[in-house]
Amino acid sequence: MNILEVKNLSVSAGDQEILHDLNFTIATGESVVVMGPNGSGKSTLAKVLMGHPDYLLTSGQIIFQGQDISAAKPEERAAAGLFLAFQEPREINGLELFPFLFDAYKAVRSARGQEAESVFAFKEKLDGELASLQVKADWSERQVNKDFSGGEKKKAELLQLALAAPSLAILDEIDSGLDVDALTSAGQALKRFKNNTNSLLVVTHYQRVLQYIKPDRVLVMSKGRIVASGGPDLAARLEAEGFVGLD
Amino acid sequence: MEEEIKTHDSLWDDYNEAGYMDQAASGLNESLVRRISKEKDEPTWMLDQRLAALKLFYQLELPTWGPDLSRLDLDKITYYAKAMEGQAQRWEDVPTDIKNTFDKLGIPKAEQEVLAGVGAQYESTVVYHSLKAEFKRQGVIFEDLDVAVKKYPELVRPYFMKAMPTSLHKFAALHGAVWSGGTFLYIPAGVRIKQPLQAYFRMNAKGMGQFEHTLIIIESGAEAHYIEGCSAPRYGVDSLHAGGVEIYVKDNARFRYSSVESWSKDAYNLNTKRAIVEQQAHMEWVGGNFGSNTTMLYPCSILVGEGASADHLGVAFANQGQVQDTGAKVIHAAKNTSSNIVMKSISKGGGRSIYRGLVEIAPQADQAMVSVKCDALILDEFSVSDTVPVMKINNATATIAHEASAGQINAEDLFYLRSRGLKEAEAAAMLVNGFIEPITKELPLEYSVEMNRMVELEMENSVG
Repeated sequence: MNILEVKNLSVSAGDQEILHDLNFTIATGESVVVMGPNGSGKSTLAKVLMGHPDYLLTSGQIIFQGQDISAAKPEERAAAGLFLAFQEPREINGLELFPFLFDAYKAVRSARGQEAESVFAFKEKLDGELASLQVKADWSERQVNKDFSGGEKKKAELLQLALAAPSLAILDEIDSGLDVDALTSAGQALKRFKNNTNSLLVVTHYQRVLQYIKPDRVLVMSKGRIVASGGPDLAARLEAEGFVGLD
Repeated sequence: MEEEIKTHDSLWDDYNEAGYMDQAASGLNESLVRRISKEKDEPTWMLDQRLAALKLFYQLELPTWGPDLSRLDLDKITYYAKAMEGQAQRWEDVPTDIKNTFDKLGIPKAEQEVLAGVGAQYESTVVYHSLKAEFKRQGVIFEDLDVAVKKYPELVRPYFMKAMPTSLHKFAALHGAVWSGGTFLYIPAGVRIKQPLQAYFRMNAKGMGQFEHTLIIIESGAEAHYIEGCSAPRYGVDSLHAGGVEIYVKDNARFRYSSVESWSKDAYNLNTKRAIVEQQAHMEWVGGNFGSNTTMLYPCSILVGEGASADHLGVAFANQGQVQDTGAKVIHAAKNTSSNIVMKSISKGGGRSIYRGLVEIAPQADQAMVSVKCDALILDEFSVSDTVPVMKINNATATIAHEASAGQINAEDLFYLRSRGLKEAEAAAMLVNGFIEPITKELPLEYSVEMNRMVELEMENSVG
């Protein structure tokens, strides 16, 4: 069964069309990688799928778990089981990580009709995830992404991924800005998350993260279009030959 | 969370029967002023001061430089109303309806848990006052000012309406004529109290005027923290709050005055707060203004002693139909004095927030340091924010830093929070609370939580 179907999707920002007639599906349990040069529309696609209000769907549909979510709000998409790990997570002044994580956790659970958990149960879960990510437990007293290093920000995204337990996670350049150690622990976090009931859409410029996520399929984007698709070998070929010739 | 917000809403929606208002008349005249003084059994000097203030009130014009006050009908205000005789020494002795009101506001509970002392004023008089025994033993006085006028005239008289003279403006004169209740706090030299002392002021009846006077003396080397909370139900009829706060911070003393004002949205809040800060002493103002239809409030620090310093931290939230004209005033009158002003305002639904500030450096005030930072958040295109900073610098050795910013909620921040499952209004409230966090973090936990809740309440049904 397909968890995501993108049908004839065209999107504009301002008065300019920036994504043109995209068609693809992701099956339950599948990991799909979107590759492409800078400015190819990969990150835009990630934000469009999450419901960023700056983008207008001029045609087509986004079907998530059988429901048309084309007009759904970001929070409704999150509740439905979609998650976006940001390429550049926002630094939020004055908002502590712990209450933010707990409120978001409660919001998503209650929207999914799941039982509320006590703050203690949540704390335990959070501490467990922090330990797995090899992050100090006092981390949650910091303000959301405020003065975090690039690696810390990505770990914070992975922490939120684990807490949100989405059925489809979109990872936008999750491997950028990570040193080797951080990349290893990010890769492990993704391995912990991934099972055969959830799916991944990995947006990446590089191959590095693919050591940890074995893609089932690769989509190549250029200038707002999907220009090629194929199996895992396509990723390797792109690594060797670059994107030249694909646009 | 939802239930807590409801409780907060009841702050503005619930009110008690006010049979005592039958005895109270609206409007102001000399016989009312004489009656207030007589009922309080005041010494002659106080009556004389009241009458002189009344005369001045008639002479002075309404201020014209700020918000429009022309709708305020001073003849329709009830200037004095007493809901109970005397003052309860025990919480149990407070009449049930009044007690319930304060119970809902969490007053007695907070007293047991975190406060050194507590006072509660209902309409014109203080209905309850207490101070923990350990502080009484150290000579701390925490009383209803009506009581203190008679009990400690030698402490009250030299200070009363000195930092806040009746000639300051029309509402200071009005306050001088009809003031009633309020707090007297005296901290003897060297005594340091870590737990805050708190007073809560509640207006209940329709068209009421409340004019409590807070007089605080912090002797040399002493330290204390005092918090005021205020609220009133909404009736759709104008009410008036013109309180007065005078604070004297002596050499090497430190004092923090915090207030969270949530008057109903039909109240005019024309408040005067002033501190005189002596050598090496430090004064801190931390304030949040949420309610009222019009607020005019500019806490003032007069730095008279060498090395004196003041911090002014404030938050104002102007929602639909509200004008929050708030700010700070600092007069540097001695060498090496410093002041730090941080103001954050939020305007929404057509509300108007104005930062109005005055910093004055006197010719003798060498090496003064001033930092002013005001940030405005404007949540929609109907709302307005203005900044009116005035600096009068009469000494070239002063160092002045001024920063101002105005902006909207960052759309990318909002998307980030919403992508995590938070509803738009909830996410926006989080961002607004983050914006005021540099101020709220200075408040005791209960108050910062309360302030955050008020923001959540104001943000409901907001962004569309």
